[in-house]
Amino acid sequence: MDFGAFIHYGLVRWLHILAGVMWIGLLYYFNFVQVAALKAAQADSTAPGITRHVAPRALLFFRWAAVVTWLAGATILSNHFLDAFLFQQKVYVPIGVGAWIGTIMLFNVWVLIWPNQKKILGIVQATDEEKNKARRTAFLASRANTALSLPMLFFMVGSGGVFRTTFFGM
Amino acid sequence: MKNPLDSLWGTIISGLVLTLILYWIVKLAMGS
Repeated sequence: MDFGAFIHYGLVRWLHILAGVMWIGLLYYFNFVQVAALKAAQADSTAPGITRHVAPRALLFFRWAAVVTWLAGATILSNHFLDAFLFQQKVYVPIGVGAWIGTIMLFNVWVLIWPNQKKILGIVQATDEEKNKARRTAFLASRANTALSLPMLFFMVGSGGVFRTTFFGM
Repeated sequence: MKNPLDSLWGTIISGLVLTLILYWIVKLAMGS
């Protein structure tokens, strides 16, 4: 067995999927569970339990899982990184589209969601007006990532083996 | 007009529509 290929295509792909499940799983937790739960918790004054104890921990694993997912994905592409991102070969177009969407999602996590969540959770100082603006920006970026996760996962799944033949005839 | 991302169903439908559009573009680009 080629040990390098085992690490590259086996273990790193496994890590990519494990971290990706954690990233997108927590994204779905925020969007499908926490947003509605916070609204209900605010009505009976139990929201601090979520914002103080749950959200910071969920955000910690969420943002770092995003980084690990992207780095593992880039490692899998390795010398085909530019083929995918610049659509230089037809066969790399599906994974290229998935990789671009994943990169946009990573940008949203670190540039739009996390800095604004720090204001919302009181990790950095912000006025009430700044917090309201941060809440809306983080919410929309999170929802945009949820919408983007659908095509991203489609192109990740559809980029290889029998799936690519089925979806793209190549 | 209401932002579709304000509701979960709007978010999911937006994602599905985007998937179909991108799939069609990629299929055309690959000539398949």
